[in-house]
Amino acid sequence: MQANTPQAPLQGAHIIAAVKQAGVKHILSVPDLHTSNGLLKPIAQDQELTLIRTCKEDETLGIAAGLSYGNKRALILVQWTGFLYAMNAIRAMACDQSMPMCMMIGLLGKEPDVPSRQSARFGVRVVEPILDVMGIAYHRISVDADAELIAPAIEQAYAQSKPIAFLIERRPVHA
Amino acid sequence: MIDRKQAWAALARHITDEIVVATYSSATDWMAIADRPLNYFAFGAMGLASSHALGLALARPDKRVIVLDGDGSLLMNLGTLVTIGAVAPKNFTHIVGHNGSYEANGGHPIPNRQTDFAGIARSSGIAKAQRINQLADFVRAIPGLLKDEGPLFVDLVIEQGELGPRSYKDMYSRARREAFRQALQAG
Repeated sequence: MQANTPQAPLQGAHIIAAVKQAGVKHILSVPDLHTSNGLLKPIAQDQELTLIRTCKEDETLGIAAGLSYGNKRALILVQWTGFLYAMNAIRAMACDQSMPMCMMIGLLGKEPDVPSRQSARFGVRVVEPILDVMGIAYHRISVDADAELIAPAIEQAYAQSKPIAFLIERRPVHA
Repeated sequence: MIDRKQAWAALARHITDEIVVATYSSATDWMAIADRPLNYFAFGAMGLASSHALGLALARPDKRVIVLDGDGSLLMNLGTLVTIGAVAPKNFTHIVGHNGSYEANGGHPIPNRQTDFAGIARSSGIAKAQRINQLADFVRAIPGLLKDEGPLFVDLVIEQGELGPRSYKDMYSRARREAFRQALQAG
């Protein structure tokens, strides 16, 4: 993978490749405009991945938990609004039970060159502090090189039975 | 109307190696009747039992997964029926104890006790959905519920139970979860 500048597009293909590299077969998602073209649309066409479209985000936590007991890996792909909506399910599965919930969270509306904690959008601004309070580790995905963080983090999440979040800071593109 | 304990006792007589996912009052009654390693007690966020079960059904298509849900729980995650209808797992049986009550939360009524859960399931894509309100009918249906191609859905009209003693601490314990994991891996 090639590092690029913050101004260059974030390639969704690199993120998808990293997710596959980690052995993930199931993508559990409620659509997010932020990741729609760069991630969700290509994932829906990908023969190596099974996309399960859910009605609300908390369903994805239950499905991922069930899959994990059967030794199947899943990625939860939602927007920050869905992350906030699903908070009680995240509390239960990711925190209380320390299950390997791997969440990719689109930061729709985040300003390109502003750290999310300083975003003018309240909902974007509180995502990282909430993850901190809940003790959930996370990585910021902003440039192509950041995609290299994904596979090892998912591997570690399943090895240690702990949650992980990936914050998609810029809108990925699909070549 | 049906006594849930009698219904679960009848079901337990047919259970062998199926995964049973149960929640709240359904789980309390089931655990008292059939405490076994392949029981999975949906934890924490009320309403997600069928979502946990869907994940299990996808992970283990070789095993029948039976959900013992409640109407109050299902109402907290009604979209699950649409998701299940779309995924259409063949090994999936969803039984909803319908007593019109948030029984585990103090016995308060659900917003509409006349809700047609089987109708909602059918219109969500789960064609094999039925309402059963007599124990004898449920007993007759059980063999099919364990082997027919799913997804299957039963709106089981039951009496409101008592809020008896229950230990969620035991039900959700790490020991039980680990026993379930090992039982699942063993077969």
